[in-house]
Amino acid sequence: MNKPISSNTCLDCSAHHEGNLLKLGIDMQNWDYVVAMAGNPNTGKSTVFNALTGLRQHTGNWPGKTVVRAEGGFVYQDHRYKLVDLPGTYSLLSTSPDEEVARNFVLFGKPDVTVVVVDATRLERNLNLALQIMEITDRTVICLNLMDQARSHNLKIDDRRLARDLGVPVIPTAARYDEGIPQLLQAIDEVATGQFVCQPHRIKSESLSLKGALSPLIDQIQTLFPQLPNSRWVALRLLDGDSRIIEAILEGELENLGPNIPPILNSEMDKENSKELIP
Amino acid sequence: MSSTKQLVPEQLVTNAESLRWKVGSDFHQELMETMYAEAARLAERAVVYPDKSSRFDLDRTIDRIITSRMWGFPMMLIMLTIVFWITISGANIPSSMLATLFLDMGHPMLKNISTFIGLPWWLDGLLIDGMYISTAWVVAVMLPPMAIFFPLFTLLEDFGYLPRVAFNLDHLFKKAGGHGKQALSMAMGFGCNAAGVIATRIIDSPRERLIAIITNNFALCNGRWPTQILIATLFIGTLVPAHLAGLISALSVVGVAVLGILLTFLVSWGLSSTWLKGETSAFNLELPPYRPPRVMQTLYTSLIDRTIYVLWRAVVFALPAGAVIWASSNIIVGDSSVAVHLIDYLNPFGLFIGLNGVILLAYIVAIPANEIIIPTILMFTVVSTGLEGAGEGVGVMFELDSQSGIMDIFRTGSWTLLTGINLMLFSLIHNPCSTTIYTIYKETGSIKWTTVSALLPLIMGFLVVFTVAQMWRLVDMLF
Repeated sequence: MNKPISSNTCLDCSAHHEGNLLKLGIDMQNWDYVVAMAGNPNTGKSTVFNALTGLRQHTGNWPGKTVVRAEGGFVYQDHRYKLVDLPGTYSLLSTSPDEEVARNFVLFGKPDVTVVVVDATRLERNLNLALQIMEITDRTVICLNLMDQARSHNLKIDDRRLARDLGVPVIPTAARYDEGIPQLLQAIDEVATGQFVCQPHRIKSESLSLKGALSPLIDQIQTLFPQLPNSRWVALRLLDGDSRIIEAILEGELENLGPNIPPILNSEMDKENSKELIP
Repeated sequence: MSSTKQLVPEQLVTNAESLRWKVGSDFHQELMETMYAEAARLAERAVVYPDKSSRFDLDRTIDRIITSRMWGFPMMLIMLTIVFWITISGANIPSSMLATLFLDMGHPMLKNISTFIGLPWWLDGLLIDGMYISTAWVVAVMLPPMAIFFPLFTLLEDFGYLPRVAFNLDHLFKKAGGHGKQALSMAMGFGCNAAGVIATRIIDSPRERLIAIITNNFALCNGRWPTQILIATLFIGTLVPAHLAGLISALSVVGVAVLGILLTFLVSWGLSSTWLKGETSAFNLELPPYRPPRVMQTLYTSLIDRTIYVLWRAVVFALPAGAVIWASSNIIVGDSSVAVHLIDYLNPFGLFIGLNGVILLAYIVAIPANEIIIPTILMFTVVSTGLEGAGEGVGVMFELDSQSGIMDIFRTGSWTLLTGINLMLFSLIHNPCSTTIYTIYKETGSIKWTTVSALLPLIMGFLVVFTVAQMWRLVDMLF
C-alpha cells in the first residue's frame, strides 16, 4: 500500500486482465469493463443480475439455482459493461467446483468491479464471503440486497457505517422492485473508472506462529511479484497447499496480474474524499 | 529469508511447503474463526435488531407444518395432486380448440394451397402430412398443459417450497447413500433431466454426484408430463364417473411421479451399496425465507423460460420426426412400407411385455425428445392399422377435434387398459432423451457411466412392464 506514487497512473484505465479473461471464456473486445457478481446462494443474485442487465433470466427461490455462469451486459455513462454472474457460494476457502470457479474468476480475470450481493437479513453470515473476496480484490462493491425483507423484519441497517468499516461502497437495494439499482450502477461505474478508490478492510490479526510463517512468504511473494495486490492472501493459499495457486506461481500466471488499483495517495485528504464518494 | 537475491518461483513453493509443516494444520481453523469473528463484529455494528419480544414468525410457523415428520409428505402429495388436477381439468378445452384450429382447419387449407401451387405429391406429403401434422400435434397436445403446469410449478418454486421438499427428502437420501442435495437436482429434473444433470454440480463428492446423475432420469421430466396426463385422462379417468375423472387422473399421474421418486431412492441405494460405495457427506441446507411470488413476473418468466422453451424444443424435434414418420410410411419395400415392416417386427416382443410394436418404434424415433411420443404413436398406429382419414393417403394423421378421437385411434390399434398403464410406466422408466445422454457424457466425461445411465433405466423399464403384463394376464386368467 505504501509504494511510491507513480504519476503516470491512468485512472480511467480498466484493470481487468484481458488475456486471462479470454481463457476464462470472456471476450472483452466489445466491452470496456467487466463486472463479476458474487454472493451467497439465495441472496437474489440472479434478480440483481436481471435488474442490471434488463435480462429476464429465470430466478428461483432456492439455493444453487445458478450453477452455470450467466453473462449479460449493460451500458452506463457511455461505458460498456460486461456482467458475469458467478455461482453462489458460502466461502472461497474450500475446494468445491463452484467455489473454485468463482475464486479463479475473481483472481485471474481481475474484474474491474466485483459486486458482492449480500442478504441484508443475514448480514453476519454473508459478510464472511464479502471479506474473503475483499482479500483477493480491492475493487469491490457490496450490494446490500433484500432490503425489503429486512424492513419487514424490522431490521435497521446502517449502511453508511458498514461502508466506512469495510472501506468499499455499500448500496442498499431491493432488486425485486428495482430499488437502489441506479445507485448500484453509479457505484459500479465509480469504482470501475477509478473515481472511487476502495480501501478494503482486511483482517490482520493472527497468531504468532502463523505470523512467523506468513511474513517471510509475503516478503518473497512481493519480491517475485511486486505488482500483486493480494500477497497476504496468496501466502495463505500457499501455506494451505492450494494446488491451483501453486500452479499459477510456477506457470508465471501471477506475474501478469498487475496492480489492481492505481497506487493511491496515502493521505488523510484522500480518505476524506473517498468517504464522500460513498453514496 | 536471506536468499531473496535470486528467488525463483520453485523456491517459493518449496519454502511454503516446509513452512506448512511448521504451522500445522489448524491454522485454517484459526483463520476461519477470525473471519467469522470479524464478520460478526462488523454485522453487530451495522445492524439494529428489533426487539424480539413477541413478534409472530410466519415463516417458522409454516415451516413447522410443511417440514414436519407427520405433515411433510402428505402436504407434498396434496400439493402435487392439486397442481395436476388444475392442469388436467384446465387443459382439455384449449387442447381440443387448438386441434380444431390446426388440424380441422389448418391442414385442409394447406392442402388446398399446395394443390393450387402444384407441389409434387411427395413434397406435399413430406411437408404437410408429415412435418406440419406432427408439429401441430405437439403444439395442440402439449401447449395447454404446459401453459398451466409450469406457471403453477414456478409459483411454488418462487414461494420457496422446493428447498422444503429437499429438506423433507434429505434424510431419505442419506439413508439411500446419496447426498441430501440430490433432492434439489431431482427437483430440477422434474423440469428437465438435462438441467437436472447439470444441477448435480452442486454436489461436491464425485461418488454422490454420479448417483445423482444416474438416477435423475427417474424424475419425470416435462417432456413426459403430457404423455402421462393424456394417457391417464384417456385410460384411467374413463374408468370412474365423469365428476371424479379429473381427480383420479391427477392421482394416477402423482402415483407415477411418486413411483419415480421411490425408484430414485431404490437405485441410489442399490448403487451406493454395490458399485459406488462410500461415505455420505454432510452439508448445510439453507431454508430460504418464504417470499410472496410476484405473480405477473412469474407468469412471464415461466411462459418464456419454460413453456416456450420446451415447446420450441418439441417443435424442432417434431419437424424431422414428422418427416421420418411420413417417409417411412410411404417408402414401400416388398409388400408394405418400412414403418409397417418395423412395427410388425417389433410387435411380438412389444405385445409380450404388454406394450406393442408401435410404442417401441415410437420410442426409437423419439429418442431426441420425449415430447413427441404421443404424436408419433398416433401416426404410426394410423399407418399400421391402415386407418384412412379423409382419403389423403398413408401416414396422414386423422383429423381429430377431441380426445375421444384419440381414444378411437387407440382402440383401432387394439390398446387395452394394460397398454395404457404400461405406457405410463415405460414413459417413466426408459432411457433418457439424447440431449440428456449427451449432457451426462459431458458432465461425467465417461462413456462407461453414460452407458450405464442410458441402459440401466431401459432394462429396468422392460422388466417392470413385463412383470406388470404377466401379473395382469395371470389375474385375467384366474378371474
